[in-house]
Amino acid sequence: MSNPLLSWYGELTTRNRLLKRGSLLLMPGMLWLILFLVLPGFVLVVVSFATRGAYGQLEWTFTVENYQRLAGFSLFGWTSDYLLILWRSVVVAFVTTLVSVVLSYPLCFFIAGRSERSRYMWLTLVIIPFWTNMVIRAYAWFLILAPEMPIAKLAAFLGFIPAGSPLYPNAFAVYLGMVSMFLPFVTLPLYASVERIDWALVEAAQDLYASPIRVFTQAVLPQTMPGLSVGIILTFVPAMGMFVVPDLLGGAKYMLVGNLIQQQFGSSRDWPFGAAISMGLMVLTMIGLHIYRRKGKEIEYV
Amino acid sequence: MRRNHFITVALSLMTMAFLYLPLIGVAVFSVNSARRGLVWKGFTLDWYYKLFENEWILEAAWNTLVLALVSTVIATILGTILAIGMDRFPWGKRTNGFLDIILHIPVVIPDIILAAALVVAFGLLRMVSSLFEPGLVNMIIGHITFQLAFVALVVRSRLVAIGREVEEAARDLFASNWYLLRKVMLPLLMPGIIAGGMLAFTLSLDDFVISFFTAGPESQTLPLFIFAAVRRGVTPQIHALSTLVMLITVVLVVLTERFTRSKEKE
Repeated sequence: MSNPLLSWYGELTTRNRLLKRGSLLLMPGMLWLILFLVLPGFVLVVVSFATRGAYGQLEWTFTVENYQRLAGFSLFGWTSDYLLILWRSVVVAFVTTLVSVVLSYPLCFFIAGRSERSRYMWLTLVIIPFWTNMVIRAYAWFLILAPEMPIAKLAAFLGFIPAGSPLYPNAFAVYLGMVSMFLPFVTLPLYASVERIDWALVEAAQDLYASPIRVFTQAVLPQTMPGLSVGIILTFVPAMGMFVVPDLLGGAKYMLVGNLIQQQFGSSRDWPFGAAISMGLMVLTMIGLHIYRRKGKEIEYV
Repeated sequence: MRRNHFITVALSLMTMAFLYLPLIGVAVFSVNSARRGLVWKGFTLDWYYKLFENEWILEAAWNTLVLALVSTVIATILGTILAIGMDRFPWGKRTNGFLDIILHIPVVIPDIILAAALVVAFGLLRMVSSLFEPGLVNMIIGHITFQLAFVALVVRSRLVAIGREVEEAARDLFASNWYLLRKVMLPLLMPGIIAGGMLAFTLSLDDFVISFFTAGPESQTLPLFIFAAVRRGVTPQIHALSTLVMLITVVLVVLTERFTRSKEKE
C-alpha cells in the first residue's frame, strides 16, 4: 500500500509515521505488562504441568498429575478434599456477593436520599473502609469476636460455643469478615447508578398498583443494572481468591482455595501443584464471569 | 430529595455500624492501658510512643513508604504514556481489542493468581540474575504491574473526556509534537494523571497478597508485619499501629475526594 498524506487532527502526516510514533508510546507500558504479566501467566501454565522434586525444586517432566490431584485422585484412592475447598470458595464468594448486594440497596437509597452535603459525607464513610488495608480490617474482627466481647458472650450464653472461647475460627467469622470486606465494593458502583434513577418510573409503577417486588424488579433493577454488574464483578472475582480473611478468621477448619494456593507456595513448597490450583481458580472465575454475563444480558432486556 | 422509609434508614445505619464497629473497636483499645485482655483500664498513649521506639516497625513503615512511592511514580509515568499511545493514534480494531484485554487482566483476575505467576516467574529469573531474589525490588515490580493498568484506564478516560479540539487547534497553529505534549496535553491531563497516581498509591498501601508472595526477610511492610503479629496474638501495640494506618488512610481518602470534587466543579 502506498502511503498517502493524511490529515490527523490538524497534523499533516502519513499513516506509517503516525503509527510509528504511536508504537513508541505504547512500547514501555506494553513491554512491562508482557514481561511481568503475560509471560508469568504462561510460565504458570507451563509449571502446572511440571513435577515437584524431592526438595521442592522444579523438575521439567511433563505430567498431568497436579490436575489429577486437584480432582482428588491420589495413590490412596479418591478424596473430595480439594474439590470441596474449590466448591466452598464458590459458595462463599456467591453468598458474600449476594449479602453485599442485599445490604447495598437500602444503603444506596439512604445515601441518595440525603441532602447534597451529607451525601458526600456518607459516601466518604463508605470509601474509607474500601481503602483500609484488608489485614487491618480482618484483624479488627479478631478483636470484636474475642471471648471478652459481648458477641462471643452472647453466643456462649446461647450455647453455640463453649464459654470463654472466641467466635473464630469458623464459617460464621469468615462470612462476617468477607461481607464487611466486600460490601463497599458493591455499594460504591451501585450508588453511581442509584443516584441517576428516574424516580418517575418508580412512581408510575406504584401508581399502577405494582407490588413492591415488581416495582423493584421492573422499575429499579433495570435502571441500576450497570452499577450492579460492576459491583458484582468487583466482589465475586476477588472474593474467590481471598486468602487473608479465611486465613485469619477461618483457620484450618474453613480453608478456601486462596489458602490452598498460598500453602503450596509457602510451607509445602509445591509450585507445580500451586500453579495447577491457580489454573483451577482461574477457570472457575472465568465460568463465573461468563454465566453472569449471559444472565446479566437477559435481565437487561426484560 | 426523596424521603426514605424508616426501614431503609434503620438497615443503612446498621450496615454502617457493621462496617465501622470493628475499626472503632481497634481504635478504642489502642488507647487502653491494659497490657493483656480486653478490659478497660484507663486512657493512655503509651502504645503509640512505643511504636516509635520499635525498630522493626519503623523499618516496616519505611519499606511500605518506599514501595508505595517508587512503584507509584514508575506506574504513573508508564501508565500515562501507555494511555496516550492507546487513545491518540488510529489503531485498528484488532490492536485495540488486544490492548484492551491486556489492560483489563489485572483488574478482573483474583490477585492471588498474579502473585502466584510472579513467584514462579521470579523463581526462574533468579537463575539469570540475583536481582530477582525475594525482596523490595520484586515487590516494586509486582505493584507496578497492577498499578500500571489502573493508571492507564483512569488517564485514558480523562483523554476521552477532554476531547481533541484543543490539540487540533494547537496543531493548526503549528505546535510541534513536543510543544503540544508539554504545553497542551499534559496540563489538560494533569487532573487525570494525579487521580491515577493517587489511585495507584492507595492500591499499593492497600495491597497485601502481592507483597506477601514476593517479600523477602529484609522487606517487611506494615501489612505484612501486622499479619505476622496477629498470628502471635493481639497486643495493644498492634491496635495502635493499625489505628495509625487507618488514620493515614482516612486522610488520603479525604484528600483524594476533595481533589476530585474540586476538579469536577471547574
